[in-house]
Amino acid sequence: MTRILKIYTMPFLLALFVIVSLNSCDSGGGSGDESKDQAKSKGQDYDQNLTELDTSLYNSFFGNDELSEDIEQAKKIFHSIPSPLETAMLLKSAGAEYDDVLLNSNDNVERYTSTKSMALNLGIYTTDLSFASLFNYTQTAMDYMKAAKSMAEGLDITDAIDNETLELLEENLNQRDVVMDIISETFLNSSSYLKENKREDVAAIVLVGGWIEGLYLATKLVGDEPIKGNSLVDRILEQKLAFDIVRKVLADNLENENGKQNPDIVSLVTQLQPLKEAFDKVKVTTTEAKSVQGANQVSTIMSKTTVEVEPKDFEQIKVVVDQIRTSFIQ
Amino acid sequence: MRRTYHLIALLIVITFISFDASAQCKGFAKKMCKPELTPYIHDGNYHAALLLEGEEADLYKTFYSGQEYRLAVCGGAELPDIEFKVYDAAKNLLYDNTKDNNSRVWDFKMQSSQQLKIEIKVPVSPKPAEEPMEGCVSIMFGFKDTGE
Repeated sequence: MTRILKIYTMPFLLALFVIVSLNSCDSGGGSGDESKDQAKSKGQDYDQNLTELDTSLYNSFFGNDELSEDIEQAKKIFHSIPSPLETAMLLKSAGAEYDDVLLNSNDNVERYTSTKSMALNLGIYTTDLSFASLFNYTQTAMDYMKAAKSMAEGLDITDAIDNETLELLEENLNQRDVVMDIISETFLNSSSYLKENKREDVAAIVLVGGWIEGLYLATKLVGDEPIKGNSLVDRILEQKLAFDIVRKVLADNLENENGKQNPDIVSLVTQLQPLKEAFDKVKVTTTEAKSVQGANQVSTIMSKTTVEVEPKDFEQIKVVVDQIRTSFIQ
Repeated sequence: MRRTYHLIALLIVITFISFDASAQCKGFAKKMCKPELTPYIHDGNYHAALLLEGEEADLYKTFYSGQEYRLAVCGGAELPDIEFKVYDAAKNLLYDNTKDNNSRVWDFKMQSSQQLKIEIKVPVSPKPAEEPMEGCVSIMFGFKDTGE
């Protein structure tokens, strides 16, 4: 009986071992991905030499009581950064006009070879794709879906955007609802793949890229219009609230399981620090909110938010966003 | 020796099962939760985790003036109805689904932009069990297309 058990158990164990090994290779977040990155990383876009944040920069970027509170909590905490599709929608609803000169050229895809640059530009191209779709620039949307596909493939995100997705998009280019559903689905596929394969840091970088692209488009499209009473200016300044969440997401992903700082997140923090300093000069105050139930089952959250900034400080935000976005697409 | 093989086999199977269970939340979110957002457009973000009975989670997000949103919080069939509450930054309660027939969705619009906190709780099942049940919980947001 023992012998029979051995005969049957050995192949079973070997088969399981092979399956599990394949799984762990596929999951990507661990050493396999690191070595691939090392191979790709010669001359990559770390625009700072820092590999670890010093205390001063750490405290300046992350330090406040609210953040510490979250870290101390044992329960699961999610921080939700606006997705590329939501970012594009917010721009449009604030009165932005479409200008394809502002988009990151899809000829640049070959430039992006490191994990960080591919992740940033997956976010950037997805925001550009969403922006073009919302304004019914269908051929541009198609071209940018291909650029996003190229970035996703470079990041080994399998099946997020396949040829079937491109065909579906091509067949439905004139139906905006379907196009937006396709964009939403592909982004969900990418972000869920990364998060479920323990690559939350990469998922965070994708979101930061997409969010900065939205901010870049908004700051370019606002031009030299007066600040007061300009809804696009308000939308830009309100991003201080989203930036608080961006910082928390970066704090969540700064250290790996061994307590070592992730160099991609460190370099991103150094790139975003000037934006932190610029947003520090924006004052956002919100009155207490209350919820009022409407007749159509839609509640309204009633409150008043006031945003204050000096014109020179608003100009500084525009300059800083331009510099950050330029560094992302290089 | 035989015992060692069994132990190794058991460990491998447990690893494999836990990997698979985690992957199930993606499918759960797409198939079971995303449809709850219709006719709103899903923003594309993915927030899901395996939670045990009695466990809690918080989500922070900025919502923008003039936008209309649908929030959907869904739990796997093995879990009791998920409870969720929405608070503003000053911790004022804005919505409690236990006072709304344990609804899985809440539709709302914002008069002004602000950060809100969504507090999620998997209640403990009234039926006693040897082990607390575990299942996927997904939080999704949809918005309305605000113009041609």
